[in-house]
Amino acid sequence: MMGVLVILPLLIPLFAAIFCLLSWKNINGQRMIVLAGSFLLLVGSAFLLREVWLHGIQVMQIGNWPAPFGITLVADLLSAGLLLTTSLLGIFVFIFSIPNINLERKEYGFYPILMFLLFGISGALLAGDIFNLYVWFEVMLMSSFVLLSLGGTKNQLEGSVKYLVINFLASSIFLAGIGVIYGLTGSLNMAQISLLLPEIADKGLVTLAAIFFLVGFGIKAGLFPLFFWLPAAYHTPPSAITAIIGGLLTKVGVYVLVRFFTLIFFSEVPYLQPYLFVIAGLTMFVGVFGAIAQNDFRKILSFSIISQIGYMIMGLAIHTPLAIAAVVYFIIHNMLVKTNLFLISGVVYAAAGSFKLKKLGSIYAKFPFIAFLFIISAFSLTGVPPLSGFWAKFLLIKAAVASNYFIIVGVALVVSALSIIYITKIWNEVFWKKAPDGEGSEKIFYNQTSFLRLNRLLILPVVLLTIIIVAMGFYAEPFLDFSVQAAEQLFNRDNYIKVILRK
Amino acid sequence: MLLIVLIGYICALLVPVIAKALGRSHGYLIALVPLGVFVYLSTYFNRIVEGEVISRQYNWVPSLDVNFTFQLDGLSLFFGLLISFFGFLIFVYAAAYMKGYKESDKFFMYLLIFMASMLGLVMSSNLIALFIFWELTSFSSYLLIGFSHNAKTSRNAALQAFLVTASGGLALLAGFIILGEVTQTYELVEILSIHERVIDHPYYLAIVILILLGAFTKSAQFPFHFWLPNAMAAPTPVSAYLHSATMVKAGIYLIARFNPTLGGTEIWQFTLMIAGGITMLLGAILAIQHTDLKKILAYTTISALGILVLMLGAGTSLAIQSAMVFLLAHALYKGALFLITGNIDKQTGSRDVLELSGLYKFMPFTGVAAFLACFSMAGVLPFFGFIGKELIYEAALHATVQHIALLVAVIVSGVAFVAIAIEIGYGLFIQNISFSERNYKEAPVAMLVAPVTLAVLGLVFGLFAGVLVQPLLTQVSNVVGNEDLPLELHFWHGFNLVLMLSLLTLLLGTALFFVRKGIRKIPLHLDYLYNHGPTAWYDGLLQLIKRFARLQTSYFQNGYLRNYIAVIVAFFSFMLASVLWQFDLKIFPVANFDIDNVRFYEVIILAFTLVAVFVFFKTRSRLTSIVTMGVVGYAVAIIFIFFGAPDVAITQFLIETLTVVLFVLILHKLPPLRFYPLKSFQNGLYIIISIGFGLLMTSVLLLVTEHPMVSGLKAYFAENTYILGKGKNAVNVILVDFRALDTMGEISVLAIAAIGIVALLKLKLVKGKMK
Repeated sequence: MMGVLVILPLLIPLFAAIFCLLSWKNINGQRMIVLAGSFLLLVGSAFLLREVWLHGIQVMQIGNWPAPFGITLVADLLSAGLLLTTSLLGIFVFIFSIPNINLERKEYGFYPILMFLLFGISGALLAGDIFNLYVWFEVMLMSSFVLLSLGGTKNQLEGSVKYLVINFLASSIFLAGIGVIYGLTGSLNMAQISLLLPEIADKGLVTLAAIFFLVGFGIKAGLFPLFFWLPAAYHTPPSAITAIIGGLLTKVGVYVLVRFFTLIFFSEVPYLQPYLFVIAGLTMFVGVFGAIAQNDFRKILSFSIISQIGYMIMGLAIHTPLAIAAVVYFIIHNMLVKTNLFLISGVVYAAAGSFKLKKLGSIYAKFPFIAFLFIISAFSLTGVPPLSGFWAKFLLIKAAVASNYFIIVGVALVVSALSIIYITKIWNEVFWKKAPDGEGSEKIFYNQTSFLRLNRLLILPVVLLTIIIVAMGFYAEPFLDFSVQAAEQLFNRDNYIKVILRK
Repeated sequence: MLLIVLIGYICALLVPVIAKALGRSHGYLIALVPLGVFVYLSTYFNRIVEGEVISRQYNWVPSLDVNFTFQLDGLSLFFGLLISFFGFLIFVYAAAYMKGYKESDKFFMYLLIFMASMLGLVMSSNLIALFIFWELTSFSSYLLIGFSHNAKTSRNAALQAFLVTASGGLALLAGFIILGEVTQTYELVEILSIHERVIDHPYYLAIVILILLGAFTKSAQFPFHFWLPNAMAAPTPVSAYLHSATMVKAGIYLIARFNPTLGGTEIWQFTLMIAGGITMLLGAILAIQHTDLKKILAYTTISALGILVLMLGAGTSLAIQSAMVFLLAHALYKGALFLITGNIDKQTGSRDVLELSGLYKFMPFTGVAAFLACFSMAGVLPFFGFIGKELIYEAALHATVQHIALLVAVIVSGVAFVAIAIEIGYGLFIQNISFSERNYKEAPVAMLVAPVTLAVLGLVFGLFAGVLVQPLLTQVSNVVGNEDLPLELHFWHGFNLVLMLSLLTLLLGTALFFVRKGIRKIPLHLDYLYNHGPTAWYDGLLQLIKRFARLQTSYFQNGYLRNYIAVIVAFFSFMLASVLWQFDLKIFPVANFDIDNVRFYEVIILAFTLVAVFVFFKTRSRLTSIVTMGVVGYAVAIIFIFFGAPDVAITQFLIETLTVVLFVLILHKLPPLRFYPLKSFQNGLYIIISIGFGLLMTSVLLLVTEHPMVSGLKAYFAENTYILGKGKNAVNVILVDFRALDTMGEISVLAIAAIGIVALLKLKLVKGKMK
């Protein structure tokens, strides 16, 4: 019976998407369906997390075919935690999208695709089978591509073509990797692969296989030098779409890297470690410098995603339970904060009509409440204590110091300091600076109260997210405790294998 | 005790509400918060003076050993009283000062956050909690310096201060974390009990450097001093409170707090003495050179901070005592002088000492406060500043190392202080060089309370030092020096060498005042220093970062999809190759390659493929490209047939045919193909990457197929397809039963793609409609 909880996060968005397709012409109906769907998804994920927290890893063998012959869905703390975060963001972005996405886009399937995206993410988080995981990545890729290109403006098309091609390359590498793994172990079930791989005498072959997944998921996660699709595409669609894609998808890539390098390629990490450190450091650096160079609200945020991913890879490279706990906390923190910042960029757009720093200004003076919301998320991102970003970085650095990796600590700290430059760039240009006269500022005559009243649905999700972010910083203990438990569970491979294979 | 810290934050959140309710005078009400804190802290006075240490622990993040462990000893009570008392005076002052400003509610909000953080900082004895408050002071300082946010100079100054102090903060965090790893605790009390272990640890040097980096950036020590004068862009109350009396002293506090734990080593002493000495002299010289009153005060503050660091570095009991006495004396007179500057600025609209004179006539109360403060600053008997200076001279005389150099240095800075004190007290208020008709008004009462109180305290503390100041400062010095020594404060020590030196300082200072104009004209070769000093380093570094950022980004994110793909493929190849290399795998692992096994039709298919690929690369026509790719696809399908996968082959045929047909159908609707030719170098590079990648993939595939594959799946599917799956075709049963979830996922992909295609074809928003 409990297995049902595991599949609910798949079924709910799938059915919501199907019902949306059935009421294609009825946008209001679709909205109600998505509201119900994302709410149920939230409730379902919460119950799933509760179940995992209380009773350990939850498994469902699809069609009751025993593992490793059928497909297994697995929910452990990490996947259930990320699932809850995802569904939370899903409902927030949905609320935001009601005013943010225009009617034309809704008439061409925005709602069902949003649900398909959540369907894909849920699948990827729950998959216990590498080929099944591939399918979920396809679902994510296709739905995110359609969302990015929906509307067909020139910028969108240019960005989304790059997005599609490079991510398709990633999928091919991933698929080839599955072939390699299948060739080595004769299995697709992750638990069984984890069991079989150590028996292979030729470690070189296993490491080769690991490279396929490192690069394939590395592209998805936006690592250096594989991230090019990200800044090309993320700033082109409406903010709600950027928020959900920018906030979630790269982190799913990181999630899968964590999963693979704790469960499957555990013993390959020592070999890959120097590479991972170099990649982590360069990803941080290139991302932060990329962000500093930009002059567009959302482009800065896009590059900053890359820089943040670098930190997560740093944790993966250190590869101690503490470091992985840091990564878990970092992923959740980053999903929330980055989504929120993209949403805020949309609020600013609604208020001032641009994303270009040159055309913006005076938000602090005219809309202090928006400035307040921004400053919390923004400075959480740079790690100003005691906001959530601080704990993430603190844990990471602590883990690195405990294992004596001082160079990467230096890199992480320097990048942290540099990140102040791009965040204050937004703050200076968008919020503090006086708005330029003339173009772009025609909408600024609103006063704050009427703006907030008119845009309640834009503000509401941002406020709620901000509250969560603040809670995650000020009341960090349960979140940190969760991350530590999740990491310990990841390192307890025997238990994972036992639960799934019933051995 | 937690409440003492939290009350500030809670009230900060309430400020907008209060401001709305009370209108412009809300500042006075808010001033009750620091007053309350001051009163509350005072109740601990007697217990602390008797040597008691009061601590309270509140769990926060126990799993990481991060808790609010508040400890009230002499040092933290001293700072706590200083912060809250100054806070009260500054809030009252600011309530009047900020009346004309919009957004004054935000001002008080930030100021309250600052005060609460500062209190938390000095009361925390948990390293990480201390760090958190430390960063919050930097953060609130950022918001306050940038208060006049429409001005670019303010924004830049705010960023500069924040970048410098926050970078130092990160170093501090690293230092704390390393210290935590060495001692396995973040509790300062526990660390103190095992401080020998820290000092002997190989990481000791790193810890000291990192922690001092934090302290030096915060307390504006050379070469990080440059942010402080720029921070004067903040409203004057902020300058008085943060950038003179309290926040910049946080670094001093940190050094003092860690002196028992990390101090006593040569590296600790000498680093402090050198940094402090340079800062002290540099600040004094630069102060003389400037004419903007606020800049002058900023540089003398830097100089004073240098003295404090220097004395802590000297490290003798006497030196530590003198530092703490001087800290108090400096806070009193410098706070007063800043506020006096604020009054002058408000009433006359100028801060330039060359433009101001004879102000006493118009502003007598401000003037009296200025006289008192200047006497204390100059170190005139019996002001408290005199006692501070005497002690410093005496400490320098009795220093264990380099006492002559020390003495000369502190006297030089003392002379500069005297000259500046005369400049302000005499030059601005009494000396009358009138240029034109002027009529200024005295500042309102609320703006007089604070400077007069501070200035008078400078006199009162001097007269009754033994009663008022001595008990607490004894405890303070004992905490810092980690010993139990009495401190005796009198303003009269008899006619001794130190008194002579004091008099000498006054004389030289007066002389310096008269020749100061000459000195200002002499560049003193300082132009070189200004142009190539730390400010220039900061600007240069920032520019360099921005230039590098642009360069790097235009290099990596150059907009060409083909480049992106090339880089990705090259990286992938590199990773594969390095594995092959390091594990010494056979690159062509064909153990029993037999030419007879190769069928002729396989060769033909291969030849077809190669030709098609070649044509594909050469052609510039869309049609030919599509057809050649179709050929390649068909060839692959045929290979599938050869190797016994007819169903896969049929699927492949279908897809290839459909693709070609669809493409040909829409071909005439597409715009003409624009071709961006490659440079031959790039072209060559691409060819190398492609061929290398192809070879590597071949090699990997061969390696994997060489590996014997044992799979239970085939047997299971063969056995159960019919029995359990009720189907005769294993592939079908796998697709719709064993692995039905995959199929469902793929069906969804097709559905999504269909929607996407419809949208792409039908929905073309113009840019104006984009949201």
